[in-house]
Amino acid sequence: MAASASVRSSVGLTLRLSRVIPDCSKCPFNRLNSYFNGVAGLSKVDRFRTLNRHLQTSRGLYHSEESAGAEDPEEDAVNVVYIDRSGKRIPVKAKVGDNAMYLAHRHNIELEGACEASLACSTCHVYVNRDHFNKLPEPEEREDDMLDMAPALQENSRLSCQIILTQELDGIELTLPKVTRNFYVDGHVPKPH
Amino acid sequence: MSTHKGVLWKIRMLNIFLTSTRRVRITRLHGARGLGTSPAASCPKVCIVGGGPAGFYTAQHLVKTRPDVQVDIYERLPVPFGLVRFGVAPDHPEVKNVMNTFTQTAQHARCSFHGNVSVGKDVTVQELQEAYHAVVLSYGAEGNRTLGVPGEDLAGVHSAKDFVGWYNGLPTNRDLRPDLRCETAVILGQGNVALDVARILLSPVDILKNTDITQPALDTLAESSVRRVLIVGRRGPLQLACTIKELREMVNLPGTRPEMEASDFECIAKMLKVLPRPRKRLTELLLKVAVETPEETELERRNSAKRAWGFRFFRSPVEILPSDDLTRAAGIRLAVNRLEVSWGEGEDDVECGLVISSIGYKSLPIDPAVPFDPRKHIIPNTMGRVQKCAGLYCSGWVKRGPTGVIATTMNDSFDTARTLLHDMDEGTLDISTVKPGSAGVTTILEKRGVKPVLFSDWEKIDSEESKRGEARGKPREKLLDVGEMLKVAWT
Repeated sequence: MAASASVRSSVGLTLRLSRVIPDCSKCPFNRLNSYFNGVAGLSKVDRFRTLNRHLQTSRGLYHSEESAGAEDPEEDAVNVVYIDRSGKRIPVKAKVGDNAMYLAHRHNIELEGACEASLACSTCHVYVNRDHFNKLPEPEEREDDMLDMAPALQENSRLSCQIILTQELDGIELTLPKVTRNFYVDGHVPKPH
Repeated sequence: MSTHKGVLWKIRMLNIFLTSTRRVRITRLHGARGLGTSPAASCPKVCIVGGGPAGFYTAQHLVKTRPDVQVDIYERLPVPFGLVRFGVAPDHPEVKNVMNTFTQTAQHARCSFHGNVSVGKDVTVQELQEAYHAVVLSYGAEGNRTLGVPGEDLAGVHSAKDFVGWYNGLPTNRDLRPDLRCETAVILGQGNVALDVARILLSPVDILKNTDITQPALDTLAESSVRRVLIVGRRGPLQLACTIKELREMVNLPGTRPEMEASDFECIAKMLKVLPRPRKRLTELLLKVAVETPEETELERRNSAKRAWGFRFFRSPVEILPSDDLTRAAGIRLAVNRLEVSWGEGEDDVECGLVISSIGYKSLPIDPAVPFDPRKHIIPNTMGRVQKCAGLYCSGWVKRGPTGVIATTMNDSFDTARTLLHDMDEGTLDISTVKPGSAGVTTILEKRGVKPVLFSDWEKIDSEESKRGEARGKPREKLLDVGEMLKVAWT
């Protein structure tokens, strides 16, 4: 009983932290509303009027692609290293069940996903390091068909939208293919200003 | 009195609250940091001509890499997305998911979309160059290569570009009215576009009716008599231009059976081991379909299929043969080709009532101020910089030629964007002057009586199409007429 209760409360905490359920008690609008209600003695309906507008605070859903964060136990953690197109190593902490393409998106790594993981393009193409390549499940035929169209195809090519992280894949390294034809002669990459 | 004071006080409190609140966190918007800021008067301004994948991917890369650049996309039609909307087959909806990525770009604070503006007509490229620091031409290929054979102008002969435009709702092709009252259709060309046309001609209507294919096309296909489609190529099986996904779709198309000439494949099997992987897998599948005896259930399925399709290799069109009254196509004369091995010479007449030439799209020149290569039909360029034209760039099919899938165009567009950014960094492209950007162009357009369609206006069209589609169990029912699009856009 106690165990299930604590699971429920930790799920609730996790869901609030990942902002699936908004925590209205913390919202400044909510505090302001109740303050005015108290002071001006207004009815609960008369919330927050300005001259021309009635500001409604509704319980919206905050969509986040964030994973639930530090609350999760260590067993769930999977270390992934992305190697971007300039060769820079970007270590990322993921968890079991994460999708390697969406993980890259969350960390602003330069990986596209035009068809949104539906095996209809090859824009999320990555190279997998040898050791971990063999641990991945065989690609289904549709993935192989799409890989055939990827430029600079190699034996260790996979579509990252089909890589679901498991404990076994801890330490996996995913390299983004150099697909452009115009890397400058001196390797110069424009710096974001 | 007290109520009034109470309201004023609340406004003041609201003001204090809003200015002191934490900055709102925005999830991945292509790496834009925090809220997009409105463009300052002196920021670099780039104009993109063409609102298809090339235009949007170029814009995406520019906006994501430099936090000060403002990008405006101009498109001739009221609706964005180019071939993603008008080229990708209706039964490939996942490929169209990329529209979501483009929508994010269009909604970015430093990007804006202006539809219903025809560059070269409503505003010249020179006027754009005066208003912007750089202009990127990404207007694709709206023409098509012609066969150059007698009979090409007979009724019943269409370019694949027009046929695809017709079933995908491109306004220019609305009145195509192809006559499908014949048994055999011949498609010239064996690329993915040719396979798309074959598949749409032979797909059971039950599959098509829940896609975004236009209603007039669906009605015409429902009444179609076409039962046999031949997909003809000049060269052999090892030069087959389509990709494996499309071939597999034909092989698995319900209610159809493949019909190939086994003699076309005589020397192919022994070549397999030296082929690179994509060609090898494609050829293996082709051989399996053409030569192997299928197992029992598949054999039964083929025997009961009422429709057939097949490749014909080593054939070039020499003439489209007219009907007795000389008004329409009734057949096609194909010359037999030799590659290295002699297969015999001669001619091959095929009876057919529909000829679709799927031999390639072609870019057209947009403005006399822009150089154009009349042989290759592209804008002459080096890494995306238009030759001998400072401040002019190009991306997509108009830069490389009309081949490749969305991913190819994406990489190419990123290349052009990198070139442009490099020129900005190095000072080759002067961004120190203040340019009027879209404000300048809007003034010109107003004088000429042209009103742009903004992205929020497109969203009204989008919403209307989705609503109409819902009534029919389709993802959308496309508006087919520019006038109707504009009416909805500006309600």
